[in-house]
Amino acid sequence: MAYSTNQFKGGLKVMLDGDPCSIIDTEFVKPGKGQAFVRVKLRNLSTGRVLEKTFKSGESLDEADVMETEMQYLYTDGEYWHFMVPDNFSQYQANAAAMDDTVKWIKEEDMCTVTLYNGHPLSVQPPNFVTLTVTETDPGLKGDTSSGGTKPATLETGAVVRVPLFIQEGEVLKVDTRTGEYVSRAKE
Amino acid sequence: MSGGDDPRGGADWRPTAGMAAVALRARVLAEIRAFFAERGVLEVETPLLGAATVTDLHLASLETRVDGRRRFLQTSPEFAMKRLLAAGSGPIYQICKAFRDGESGRRHNPEFTLLEWYRPGYDHHRLMSEVGELLSRVLGVPAPETLSYREALERHAGIDPFGADARDLAGRARELGLAGLPDLGDDRDAWLDLLMSYTVEPRLGRGRPTLIYDYPPTQAALARLRGTGDEAVAERFEAYVEGVELANGYHELRDPAEQRRRFAADLARRRDRGLPQVPVDERLLAALAHGLPECAGVALGVDRLILLAAGASCLDEVLAFPHQRA
Repeated sequence: MAYSTNQFKGGLKVMLDGDPCSIIDTEFVKPGKGQAFVRVKLRNLSTGRVLEKTFKSGESLDEADVMETEMQYLYTDGEYWHFMVPDNFSQYQANAAAMDDTVKWIKEEDMCTVTLYNGHPLSVQPPNFVTLTVTETDPGLKGDTSSGGTKPATLETGAVVRVPLFIQEGEVLKVDTRTGEYVSRAKE
Repeated sequence: MSGGDDPRGGADWRPTAGMAAVALRARVLAEIRAFFAERGVLEVETPLLGAATVTDLHLASLETRVDGRRRFLQTSPEFAMKRLLAAGSGPIYQICKAFRDGESGRRHNPEFTLLEWYRPGYDHHRLMSEVGELLSRVLGVPAPETLSYREALERHAGIDPFGADARDLAGRARELGLAGLPDLGDDRDAWLDLLMSYTVEPRLGRGRPTLIYDYPPTQAALARLRGTGDEAVAERFEAYVEGVELANGYHELRDPAEQRRRFAADLARRRDRGLPQVPVDERLLAALAHGLPECAGVALGVDRLILLAAGASCLDEVLAFPHQRA
């Protein structure tokens, strides 16, 4: 299946120079008379890089065999991270390149969005919010719940986030993985 | 842009334009009609459905059937209006819908409102002046600057569009840092269109309208040519306001044999590129054979005019129901 420029839209997965890409944005331009062009912003799903390409209107790109699937993170054997589709129990293993920064946010049983390319994990997105336990942080100021100061805290997965001064070791925090920022104490 | 249902569960029935923009459209249309009434230009209507259509490589006509017969939604009312001129109408204008397949974007909608007018006895320069007057009246902009196509490309893209070959133009596009360039090969006009679209146009019409005139003969469309050999130019013009291409006009070609040659050349190039063949407008050719008065004509995008009057950046802000909600 190939898509012509006039079918391009945000979210469409296409092949560009041998790599699967996700279309972010398109802009159609045409001089008064003459050749029309479409300038497309794409994310290379292998490298994560964003690039711009200009096409003649009417050119086409092949569809990329890319699928996003919700999977549960099971465990890591050190070399691979193992995931399972809850509906049918099929399992996939992602390598470190596919995991990238996601490793620092997830723990066993978390649900992740796994992007499969030709049936293999190409990238893994953590949930937008995760709850993680603080394993290490300076004692800080007990009882200070108002002052704006922050300090670094190491979480059970190894991620380091800035937290308010009143947070203690052993507390469970809600963190936004998109920004890497502390949101609140988790309500247990 | 939302395509389907809105989150509240209903279909997206609401207009994308605010009521102020809806009212602004009515005022702009009234202003245009007053402008032409004062000047004794007659308002006319011609069919939107025609048995023939344009052969232009870069215009895709929408096709339908009427009583089983193939009909084309017109990409502009040009051919029918020229038949009126040949029949002795005198100066005429029309405000109508036009249709172009595959043209959708921030400043394109596949159906749009066009203002087209013809002035017997005018050449393109005299009509350019009148375009400037209309723009002043509707948008309150100062008198336009005029640049030849050559001057515009020299000034804003640093290249002579008549002297440069496809390689020079491609090299210039790369020097200018244009992103992810397509392979346009030795298609000079496509390279020129690329430079025009991405480098020149955004710089035109800033603070006052820019009128560009005298195009390369290979971009004549329906304009007459002046001069021969390296000196030849097409007596065509375009109007720009704040980087927005607003109007395209010609000192009109009147020679039926030359017109037939251009149609045939377009159809041959359409065949080479695998584009659909379309019937040539024999009624237009017959009208030219009868005699089109010396005239200049121009088509102006009314939706874009309203966009500029509203200070908007996207047609959705001034169209009640853009294509995605039609």
